[in-house]
Amino acid sequence: MKTMHNTRRTLMQAAIGVIAGTLLPLAAAQAAEKIKVGLMLPYTGTYAALGTAITNGFKQYVQEQGGKLGGYEVEYSVVDDESDPSKATENASKLVKRDNVDVLVGTVHSGVALAMAKVARDTKTLLIIPNAGADELTGPLCAPNVFRSSFSAWQPAYAMGKIVAERGHKNVVTVSWKYSFGEQSVAGFKEAFEKAGGKVAKELYLPFPNVEFQPFLTEIASLKPDAVFVFFAGGGAVKFVKDYDAAGLKKSIPLYGSGFLTDGTIDAMGGSGEGVMTTLHYADNLTNPKDQAFRKAYALSYKAQPDVYAVQGYDAAQMLKTGLDSLKGGKFDKDAVAKAMETAKIDSPRGAFTLSKAHNPVQDIYLRKVEGRDNKLVGVAEKGLADPARGCRM
Amino acid sequence: MDFVSFLIQVLNSLQYGLLLFLVASGLTLVFGIMGIINLAHGSFYMVGAYLAFALTSLTGNLLLSIALGIPLAFVFGAILEWALFSHLYKRDHLEQVLLTYGLILIFEELRSLAVGDDVHGVAIPELFSASIPLSDNLSYPVYRLVISVVCLALAGGLYWLIQKTRLGMMIRAGSHDRDMVKALGIDINVLYRTVFALGVALAALAGMLAAPISSVYPGMGSSVLIISFVIVVIGGVGSVWGALVAALVIGFADTFGKVLLPDLAGLMVYLVMAVVLLWRPEGIFKKA
Repeated sequence: MKTMHNTRRTLMQAAIGVIAGTLLPLAAAQAAEKIKVGLMLPYTGTYAALGTAITNGFKQYVQEQGGKLGGYEVEYSVVDDESDPSKATENASKLVKRDNVDVLVGTVHSGVALAMAKVARDTKTLLIIPNAGADELTGPLCAPNVFRSSFSAWQPAYAMGKIVAERGHKNVVTVSWKYSFGEQSVAGFKEAFEKAGGKVAKELYLPFPNVEFQPFLTEIASLKPDAVFVFFAGGGAVKFVKDYDAAGLKKSIPLYGSGFLTDGTIDAMGGSGEGVMTTLHYADNLTNPKDQAFRKAYALSYKAQPDVYAVQGYDAAQMLKTGLDSLKGGKFDKDAVAKAMETAKIDSPRGAFTLSKAHNPVQDIYLRKVEGRDNKLVGVAEKGLADPARGCRM
Repeated sequence: MDFVSFLIQVLNSLQYGLLLFLVASGLTLVFGIMGIINLAHGSFYMVGAYLAFALTSLTGNLLLSIALGIPLAFVFGAILEWALFSHLYKRDHLEQVLLTYGLILIFEELRSLAVGDDVHGVAIPELFSASIPLSDNLSYPVYRLVISVVCLALAGGLYWLIQKTRLGMMIRAGSHDRDMVKALGIDINVLYRTVFALGVALAALAGMLAAPISSVYPGMGSSVLIISFVIVVIGGVGSVWGALVAALVIGFADTFGKVLLPDLAGLMVYLVMAVVLLWRPEGIFKKA
């Protein structure tokens, strides 16, 4: 059915093309231009909800532009990456070589994104990363054709380091999973916190995805730090915050986290999260008109409230549009697109941002506090924070 | 580590060990005694946790939900056994692996369709929501202690069922020689259906009891699968006491590993397994 429909549509388009072509040769040449976007995101598994939100955000922007980006009709090839790094190279290669996509967009899981970046570098395909925060992607592995619309692990954690020091805490214990994202978050926090005169008394790590926190809570209770900084996400974040509260520690030792601790997890925490402060490049009640318009349109289209992931998908599409605009309807030229994206100013729902030399957003990091079911905005923790892009030679 | 912290860590170890026993108890029956390599054990645990979430949303009471959930899980297990597992007893282990692996994928997909992929919390029952202060700034949730007591009761009950009752005798005989048991006039089909359903109900009960402390999230089943097999194998396949002792050993190894050797914490459980199996290849307790 679908093939027939497509064939019919192609035939019709061809017919229209022929008719138009005889009449208006120039206009017809432009109407035929298409851009193939390969969406490689998780649609099953732990991160399925994130992959869906990113896709929705991306399509939301394309829809706002009348189904086109910079005058190019958008055609999607979609692959479920299952957040499985072992299948990542194959999946990305399939999109590039079999489906001949012009642009790769993906993904959530940092391990998968690292493999995608390698494929993108080898095949010189344009890549926009709408979430994965591994510092390397815009650090040692940065490339002229690799862009990120989200953040680096370092950014929100670094901003929190300064805040925790400013709030008068001198002595902090950190807890995280022992994998690169967690370690990079702790490193970012430590850098800013110790620069401001604080001291990280102990870094506690547990193997991913272990969630038996009780031994660490006992250790925290006996170390008696001024505050605790953690990185966890998803189910682990919910469990940590609940356990921390149930152990009675929340009353005496305030808990701070890097962004994702309280994103999409507040309801499941059932009140234990109340008052926890986190830093991220998005918050639930920003007052800029762009965000308000975005939230309204998104809720209307998808019958769901947008989250930071939807924003990152939306901005990936905006970045691509800026690049495509520079071609003025001509043939797709990835070098020209990449060059134009580098200097783009993106009017994001999170607030406008530009891109660093290594292609990571230079953006405001917000301090948020859990109130009820929202991450309420407290203020700007760091204005226009740029990732240091250590190891990037570009 | 001061003495008070040490005592609290011992409590943590015991509590975690008992929780692990609870999680592995269903597998002790299905894999340990019936001999089915059941990779879907984690999925049954997940089904239990989501059942607790769904029923608690409806009834507002976890204890009531558990009372409703256990018979549901039992019936669900019996149907699964009738439809799928009953055809596998005489087949190769590889086919059991294939079937149960397929079930993991199916249950995960069904869960995603039915409930979505968000993380959900289940409230601790009002009755047990208090905490007991242990030191000046640390307290212990009563609910965790309640779970420990339930685990101990369950261990005793299982041991009694398998070792001391006529039903247990038939189950053990059936695991050695199906045909002989049949020849003695025992309906082995009904017997196995019951035991399998009991195993599923136990796995689901573990999920339901753990839901308030672990929260309910996609992929939660796979997080308990490996550790459950480790416990059954270390304990000695088929032994209820063995599983209990193994779970406690793992509880201590994991807790003190995290505190004393943080860099090796991820390996600790498997190191213990390797050492135990080198020492006693059949597990701590030999097959009952």
